[in-house]
Amino acid sequence: MAIRDETRMLLESMGRLFEDHCTKQVADAAETGVFAQGLWDAVAETGVPLAALPESAGGADAEWSDLYAALRVAARFSAPIPLAETMLAGWAASSSGLETSDGPMTVGPVRLSDALTLRRDGNGWRLSGTASRLPYASFATRTVLIADGPDGEMVAAFDGTGGSDLAKGKNIANESRDTLQFNDVRLSSDQVAPVAGGVSRAALYRRGALARATMMSGALEKAMDLAVTYAQERVQFGRPISKFQAVQQNLAVLAGQTAAAVAAANLGIEALEKTSPEREEFLIAVAKTRVGEAATLACEIAHQVHGAIGFTKEYSLQLSTRRLWSWREEFGADPEWAARVGAYACRRGADNLWPMLTDG
Amino acid sequence: MVTPTFRFDPVEMPPEALETRKEVRAFIKEHEHLMGFSRGEFNRDFSRAMGKKGWIGMTWPKQYGGHERTSFERYVVIEEMLVAGAPLSAHYTGDRQSGPNMLRFGTEEQKNYFLPRIAAGEMAFCIGMSEPNSGSDLAGTRTRAQKVDGGYKINGTKLWTSNAHRADYAILFCKMAGDGKEEPDRHAGATQFLLDLKSPGIDIRPVINLLGEHHFNEIFLTDVFVPDNRLLGAEGNGWNQLTSELSFERSAPDRFLVLFQMLQQMIRMAGPEPDKATAAALGKLISQLATLRSMSVSIAGMLQEGINPNNESAVVKDLGTRYEQDIPVVARQLFPAEPELEAIDLYSSMIARSTMNAPRFSIQGGTREILRGIIARGLGLR
Ligand SMILES: Cc1cc2nc3c(=O)[nH]c(=O)nc-3n(C[C@H](O)[C@H](O)[C@H](O)COP(=O)(O)OP(=O)(O)OC[C@H]3O[C@@H](n4cnc5c(N)ncnc54)[C@H](O)[C@@H]3O)c2cc1C
Repeated sequence: MAIRDETRMLLESMGRLFEDHCTKQVADAAETGVFAQGLWDAVAETGVPLAALPESAGGADAEWSDLYAALRVAARFSAPIPLAETMLAGWAASSSGLETSDGPMTVGPVRLSDALTLRRDGNGWRLSGTASRLPYASFATRTVLIADGPDGEMVAAFDGTGGSDLAKGKNIANESRDTLQFNDVRLSSDQVAPVAGGVSRAALYRRGALARATMMSGALEKAMDLAVTYAQERVQFGRPISKFQAVQQNLAVLAGQTAAAVAAANLGIEALEKTSPEREEFLIAVAKTRVGEAATLACEIAHQVHGAIGFTKEYSLQLSTRRLWSWREEFGADPEWAARVGAYACRRGADNLWPMLTDG
Repeated sequence: MVTPTFRFDPVEMPPEALETRKEVRAFIKEHEHLMGFSRGEFNRDFSRAMGKKGWIGMTWPKQYGGHERTSFERYVVIEEMLVAGAPLSAHYTGDRQSGPNMLRFGTEEQKNYFLPRIAAGEMAFCIGMSEPNSGSDLAGTRTRAQKVDGGYKINGTKLWTSNAHRADYAILFCKMAGDGKEEPDRHAGATQFLLDLKSPGIDIRPVINLLGEHHFNEIFLTDVFVPDNRLLGAEGNGWNQLTSELSFERSAPDRFLVLFQMLQQMIRMAGPEPDKATAAALGKLISQLATLRSMSVSIAGMLQEGINPNNESAVVKDLGTRYEQDIPVVARQLFPAEPELEAIDLYSSMIARSTMNAPRFSIQGGTREILRGIIARGLGLR
């Protein structure tokens, strides 16, 4: 099977790490606007956030498939840290020869409608425009953005939020999503470089969407685990509710949707850097579409099975479901990605549909 | 995590499977006049031609007429054929479940007699499980086998038997005749036989389905004699064998590829630049299909490793039937058309055929509720 031993070991050790450092208390505390520094430090210690970088740049030349698998584990534990963002920021900055940071980083734009432009100013650059809803920007030690330069896309990387106006925001899981406004902000020449090594705004958006799809598959695994476990413990009418066929059938659907979500995310992950950008986009679009569909159905069932307890702040199901409802809209909602899948298929024509699915 | 999760590890097709795919596509081109939209035609010449190619019993040992190829190569042959709408019915049941079940439980003599014939595309099997009073609850079979000199005497009725009127043999599920007392164990005495459909005492009558087609049948068995050497496995082991047979049945990709040509037709009708809503509706179906296929390939990987994919197969079948039932629903929203089975317009006939066939998807091979029960058992809930 394609799951390598090193991958398994990495995932097991990540699982243990989150088990120890990402308790419900940690997740709850992060929602009050305090960064989960202890958790971040423990994760950073493993080197995973920058592991994709070449060894020369302080990374480990790790496989993206392993890193995405680690994201899935982090999401099972609702880890309130910008792990995906830091991985992607490191990739975008380092590929373009810019500096990275050991601390949490944010990356953008995360929305297609945002516009950022760089113009020359003497030796340096001036950055203008808006980067909306950047994950964890308030806590970022470094921000990495892709902007339009005079000769094409460029990467800008700077400490903190680099003199922008920051408007705080959050998603419904209370993960910070801050909007940065740049009004001719000055950057030095070593903070800006043309995109290189496959980095582009479109590639970032794809990888971001895939990160969310993968994280959602992890959150779904958690929600399913909670629902199945709870159903076996909760007694009504003298027996565990898991003995009622209606409940069993719901849980079977939940399990099916969860399995489909994991498989769909894997389709995107396996395509990453292994095929043409066009095909990569197609399979990532499939992933975000299918996982989004699964999330909608699965959240409904996970809550139904839990009754009122699942609707409380005290019980942890909401840590997963609020993330699922947030993440399915981030880096493009499933209907948006579904339209891309459909457009891609229609452009290539009916006779190419089957080869598109089977031929790498 | 405490809950057992179903495993769908991503697998990559080995290079020989890619070679096989090329060959199959060329073969399909050669036989283009026999391909069509989801009719499941029964065509012995075509099955023999596939047998010559070595595409039946592909994974079976060579000594029994098999080809010792990988599960992936077999998977590729089947998916390509299903997508093309090839007439597979004359060998598909034997290839998918009767053969494998014999390989597992049959005697040397049975393996030597039946398997090479199935693999050559010369012998067609059908599935003798359901009865008038025993559908989902197969343990409630009322067909009885009584031990007689040199064999067994069988009485009972089978129902919904697909292609019985064209097949040569059935694997018949029944129970040994008891002493009339209630057995405490519902599975006690369950037994399978290799039933020659030309045996005296067998009466096969058509049951016309709602499309007006003769696809399934009712089989009346009156004092049918089956010789000792056509007992499959052991007396009383039938439940175990049936479970295995059903697992072979459900692991195939035929639960989500039957309407493929209709999805293609919808893409054709949408044109190269569809509006966003149309693109999204089609994109959702394509995303489901791509995911189902990858799950199914991963089941082929499990089969290759000798892992029983019972739960995973139930998951894929449940999701697959849902997807196939969605196709006509989405189609009529995007491109409304009055359904007509024999319409000149291909799409109207596709709408007709898929709408009328849709109910069967979540009934045959185990109903939706039964599959979800299997999944729930896999989760440890029952
Ligand atoms: C096109 C077609 C081809 C077929 N071909 C063959 C064949 O070749 N050979 C063969 O042996 N059979 C064949 N069948 C029969 C098929 O396997 C049965 O129809 C199926 O197993 C269901 O049995 P039933 O029709 O008696 O429905 P029932 O078992 O009576 O079920 C009716 C409804 O009750 C539900 N139900 C039943 N039990 C439970 C339960 N415990 N919990 C919850 N719900 C339950 C079912 O899910 C279903 O919705 C075919 C069927 C079709 C439609």
